[in-house]
Amino acid sequence: MDVLLAQLLNSLLYAAVLFLIAGGLSLIYGVMRIVNLAHGSLFALGAYVMAWGVSRVAGASGAEPAYLIVLLPVAAAAVGATGAVVEPLFLRPLYARAEEYQLLLTFGLLLILEDAMRYVWGATPLTVSPLWASFGSLHVLGATYPRYNVVVILLGLAAAILLWAFVFKTRFGVMLRATSQNRRMAAALGINVSAVYVQAFALGCVMAGLAGAVIVPIQGAVLGMGVDALILAFVVVVIGGLGSLEGALVGALIVGLVRTIAIQYFPELELAVLYLIAAVVLITRPAGLLGRA
Amino acid sequence: MSSVQHSPDAALTLGTARDAHRIRPALWYTAALALLALLLPFLEGVPVIGWLASPFQRIQLTYGLVFSIAALAFNLLLGYTGLLSFGHAAFFGGAAYAAGLLVKYLHVYSMEGFLLAGLTSALVLAAVFGSVCVRYTRIFFSILTLALSQVLWALALKFFWITNGTDGLSIPTPTLLWGLVGTSGDKVRFLSFTYYYYVLVIFFVCVAVMGVIAASPFGKALQAIRDNEVRAQFVGIGVRRYRWYAFVISGAFTGVAGALFAPLNGLTTPDILHWTFSGKIVFMTVLGGFKSFIGPILGGIAYNYLETYVIKTTEYWQMLLGIILVALVLVMPRGIVGVFAWGSRREQRNR
Amino acid sequence: MPLLFAQGLRKSFGETRAVDGVDFLVESEELVSLVGSNGAGKTTLVNLLSGLLVPDAGSIAFQDADITAVPVRDRIKAGIARSFQLVNLFDQLSALDNVRLAIFSRDGTTRQVLRLAERNRHAREEALEILRDFGLEDKWDTPAAGLAQGERKLLDVALAYALRPKLILLDEPTSGVGTREKGTIMDAVAQLVQARGLAAVIVEHDMDVVFTYSHRIVMMHQGKVLAEGTPEQIRADERVATALLGKA
Ligand SMILES: Nc1ncnc2c1ncn2[C@@H]1O[C@H](COP(=O)(O)OP(=O)(O)O)[C@@H](O)[C@H]1O
Ligand SMILES: [Mg+2]
Repeated sequence: MDVLLAQLLNSLLYAAVLFLIAGGLSLIYGVMRIVNLAHGSLFALGAYVMAWGVSRVAGASGAEPAYLIVLLPVAAAAVGATGAVVEPLFLRPLYARAEEYQLLLTFGLLLILEDAMRYVWGATPLTVSPLWASFGSLHVLGATYPRYNVVVILLGLAAAILLWAFVFKTRFGVMLRATSQNRRMAAALGINVSAVYVQAFALGCVMAGLAGAVIVPIQGAVLGMGVDALILAFVVVVIGGLGSLEGALVGALIVGLVRTIAIQYFPELELAVLYLIAAVVLITRPAGLLGRA
Repeated sequence: MSSVQHSPDAALTLGTARDAHRIRPALWYTAALALLALLLPFLEGVPVIGWLASPFQRIQLTYGLVFSIAALAFNLLLGYTGLLSFGHAAFFGGAAYAAGLLVKYLHVYSMEGFLLAGLTSALVLAAVFGSVCVRYTRIFFSILTLALSQVLWALALKFFWITNGTDGLSIPTPTLLWGLVGTSGDKVRFLSFTYYYYVLVIFFVCVAVMGVIAASPFGKALQAIRDNEVRAQFVGIGVRRYRWYAFVISGAFTGVAGALFAPLNGLTTPDILHWTFSGKIVFMTVLGGFKSFIGPILGGIAYNYLETYVIKTTEYWQMLLGIILVALVLVMPRGIVGVFAWGSRREQRNR
Repeated sequence: MPLLFAQGLRKSFGETRAVDGVDFLVESEELVSLVGSNGAGKTTLVNLLSGLLVPDAGSIAFQDADITAVPVRDRIKAGIARSFQLVNLFDQLSALDNVRLAIFSRDGTTRQVLRLAERNRHAREEALEILRDFGLEDKWDTPAAGLAQGERKLLDVALAYALRPKLILLDEPTSGVGTREKGTIMDAVAQLVQARGLAAVIVEHDMDVVFTYSHRIVMMHQGKVLAEGTPEQIRADERVATALLGKA
């Protein structure tokens, strides 16, 4: 019973993080019709910035680690700022060109980012588990569960609600949706499409960065985490439909659950199992679920 | 609306009839280069060319030729069919591992055995991967190929008692031509002379066969699918099936490259199964120019020099490749070939 | 029996009933014009007949065989070819290769992997002849993307024609083309269709063109067939006039 509950919470935790990554990917695609292969690396960037920031601040001030959770938005914003630079500089020249160029370019960005992180933070993983540990544990229904993990789940939930409200209830959301439906029409209506593109891209990056920042106290920042995340984020958006935020939420829940089960039963082959899930989901998924791709 | 919307890529055409005018000089250049390659081992004393003819440089060129075969195979999908695979390491590495396992378990030391095993394994892998991947196009295809090839990589790491994990499998010098050419003698001499010719001949065969495929009715059908999937369907082409054929052919040629690579490198490690190696194949092709037939050939050779003289000097080669790739896409989308085409156009104007 | 016989066809996109209970037939060697204002459902009907879309309801028979659920490739084999309102070509291939590809596909030679396309003299000759028929012979080696709009329209029709269909569906072959070119295109099309003894369904807006070339005219409005008959009957029909003028 308690194991089952912990597993369920683990799936939710994983789903929350996946939703943030995949939701960002999907948002960017929905608005700009660009698939960003470097998205996973931006997630990793969030993780590294957070880990680095925590160790810096903790080292300098000796602050109680639990308070350092305030660094989460800082790390996310740093990744968002990166996105705000990348979009006008690299992506904008490519909108009129064939999709393979976008793929090639974002692949180039992926290579650059992966190595940039290795250059700055080295090849050894960064961990900030004291932050995670400082939150202590929760006792529910006879089970013990890390309190920080619950915070992440709630954060994921809050992000989903906020995002939904943002896209469907604000003025910017209206512009976002108008641009995604018809770029030329939006421009004719006086919407500054270029500005919307930068903002949408940056927002997608913020989500990825936040995902990286929240996960790092739990599992650390490792090289290669970006590509793993990219593949899983794709599974998520393919299940839910690329370009749809609700879809990203549903997809994240499914993948989170399946992954938890898979790791429970085949821990030896965690890596292969992750990728196999990706393949199996893509194969068995009926074509009708492709969303707005 | 009287004018058509031309995509900027429309000018970058692959094998249109207009190329017929240019075929003659291209043939001459190719013949001259082929002759040079054939005579290379005997030109060590010649000024200028001499340094290229040294044993070390010939081994470098052999690597380049192997990469060229892989890039050529890859481009049947990217340039001709419009599918960007991030999983070609699976066929390259899969074939190399097939050779390694042949040595480890069956004690076969024949290059033809390696080629047969490599080709077969690549064919089987491509047939299986392909049957899954060609259901999708664009980014979905790319990610799916990436994911499947990573499964193979993860397996190679996990089943270390079979694959020796990160240490990899060592591949001794094989016999060539069914034992006609033995394994005795100096390894450098073998690689830089005997094996150099062996690879060169297979390279020529691969280029010729791929050239025919690209210009065959089948090749045209692939280009049609690339240009307009819906219309291809409406002239009666079985789009998915043709994509699968292209995938399998591409995988098989990549497998040949992988099998040739194994004894050249003497070792197969999981690196050549990892997605970063797939990325290198993508890079070579784009570097040479994926909108032309010979682009990937030049790209493979050029990449190897880049790797030897630049990449191996820095720990951060990935960043370097990324920067070059970004620059290529933004300012030089036709790659090395585009530079040549630009040069010859200027030449014509000056005349 | 008619060559093509469709009954009770329906197709909706969300709330829009694009085709709403249409019966439609084409006799052998008949040239039928499909007219109606924008959004009447003409393209959707062509899409249903050619297999691009699957109908929500209704049935389609071709030469007495039910083809309602038959995939595109088999419809083409059976003898139904189409062109597109928004030109669909192989943009990076030359005009010659565009046509040649239809010929290869028709003859089942796209399976040839180790033979140069250029070596197939028959295909080359036939493709050049078709280009000549459509007045495109000078442009044989121009990539499709480099052709003018009128030429692209013609090439689109030529691709369908090269498949040697029994029934050809042409969705606005003259839209987006200057008035003078319009006559040329329609002359070429009508002549070829009649010389080959094809049946044709042509979607067309220009009523002069329609009255000149058609054997029969079918008028659609809001997904339904509003009127149908010979050019004379249609000319006399008041509903047609109001529907056309009302929109124009
Ligand atoms: N793929 C589609 N998705 C949504 N609505 C469509 C689609 N195709 C056509 N429609 C709608 O169906 C109606 C009929 O369109 P169409 O068949 O293109 O008309 P026509 O060719 O006569 O101008 C129009 O209202 C159009 O907006
Ligand atoms: Mg229409």
